[in-house]
Amino acid sequence: MGGTRGWGRLHPPRGDEPVFAEAWQGRAFALFLLSVRVSGQNIDASRHAQERLDAAAYLDDGYYGRWLNTAELMLTESGIVAPGAINARARNLSGDDVAEPPAPEPARPDYAPAGPGSLRTVTTAPAFAVGERVRTRNISPPGHTRLPRYLRGHAGVVDLIQPAAVLPDTNAHFQGENPQYVYSVRFDSREVWGAGAEPFAVTAELFETYLERAS
Amino acid sequence: MTATSEPDGRIPPALRTEALEQLLTERGLIDPKAIDKIVTTYETSVGPLNGAKVVARAWTDPQYRQRLLEDGTAAIKELGFSGSQGEHIVVMENTATTHNVVVCTLCSCYPWPVLGLPPSWYKDPAYRSRMVSEPRTVLAEMGLELADDVQITVRDSTSEVRWLVLPERPAGTEHLTEEELVPLVSRDAMVGVAKVAAP
Repeated sequence: MGGTRGWGRLHPPRGDEPVFAEAWQGRAFALFLLSVRVSGQNIDASRHAQERLDAAAYLDDGYYGRWLNTAELMLTESGIVAPGAINARARNLSGDDVAEPPAPEPARPDYAPAGPGSLRTVTTAPAFAVGERVRTRNISPPGHTRLPRYLRGHAGVVDLIQPAAVLPDTNAHFQGENPQYVYSVRFDSREVWGAGAEPFAVTAELFETYLERAS
Repeated sequence: MTATSEPDGRIPPALRTEALEQLLTERGLIDPKAIDKIVTTYETSVGPLNGAKVVARAWTDPQYRQRLLEDGTAAIKELGFSGSQGEHIVVMENTATTHNVVVCTLCSCYPWPVLGLPPSWYKDPAYRSRMVSEPRTVLAEMGLELADDVQITVRDSTSEVRWLVLPERPAGTEHLTEEELVPLVSRDAMVGVAKVAAP
């Protein structure tokens, strides 16, 4: 969403906000966490599922509704829950009498992580050094990526070298972990938004393959 | 259309949540007790009080502060805090002239072990979109006016690295103990959208 317009103003934070305003929200959150495991997927695949929700599923049910809808997408794609099964059961819970689709054949991805979490050890040296000028590749991959659109094709400076981690772009599609270094790259606001921008810097954690040496 | 539907035909998410829980439970794929446990954990034991303890320790123990800034994950673990969404935590210090503020433009990445689940404003599309393009304006709307000479660095959490802001200790708190400082440290200051106010 970086840099998009039309979302309105912010307001001073409230200090008394409950963690879950309604009981179902906590259960939807927990169901999401459990569904990642039940569907045999991973955190990157779950983010990619979230990105593929339609606008209504992403926005109209609120934040935890989005997590619920993401869980549904992962579970249907892994053949754990049939498409439409949740809505059919929900209708029956409220007194309707509709047919529920049978449970499908499980089709979990053929995938196992190389280790816990996302951090990995790599034997190569980092390709870029702290203080080095780099440029993000201007790419628009059809699948998942963690290179934000607003930072594509821009030059910045390596601020910190972070530990190597699983590459989301391939891990989200169960195409291997491709562990590599992650760099916190600092961009000047005017490089990203033009000469009229507020003066500030923005950093992002970028995977090695998102970057090339800036000339 | 039934009584369960909202005007646009969508089934309320509360009902859909109950339906999914039933579907997975009756096939033995999940245990409802596991759901209870997750909900209770994030409602009671994982929240911004953890981060406040880290900050208060750093304010009162210079050696801890140094360890925290050098290896946030390890220093935070010293106080017993680790787990999901805290695999690698980097701590940045806010001062009178440098201000860090954290956002996730791609989703809602947030350092759960020290701050719990994110508040509503952190997940607001307006925050996610505008913090990386006009942070000074956004912070002012949220009630934090920064002087023109303060350098702002926005931290967009795009990987599994998580950021925690070490806020500036407010003047006039020199006599307070670590325990007395803890309740002063707000979640908002540890994300960088507020400063810690003196009591």
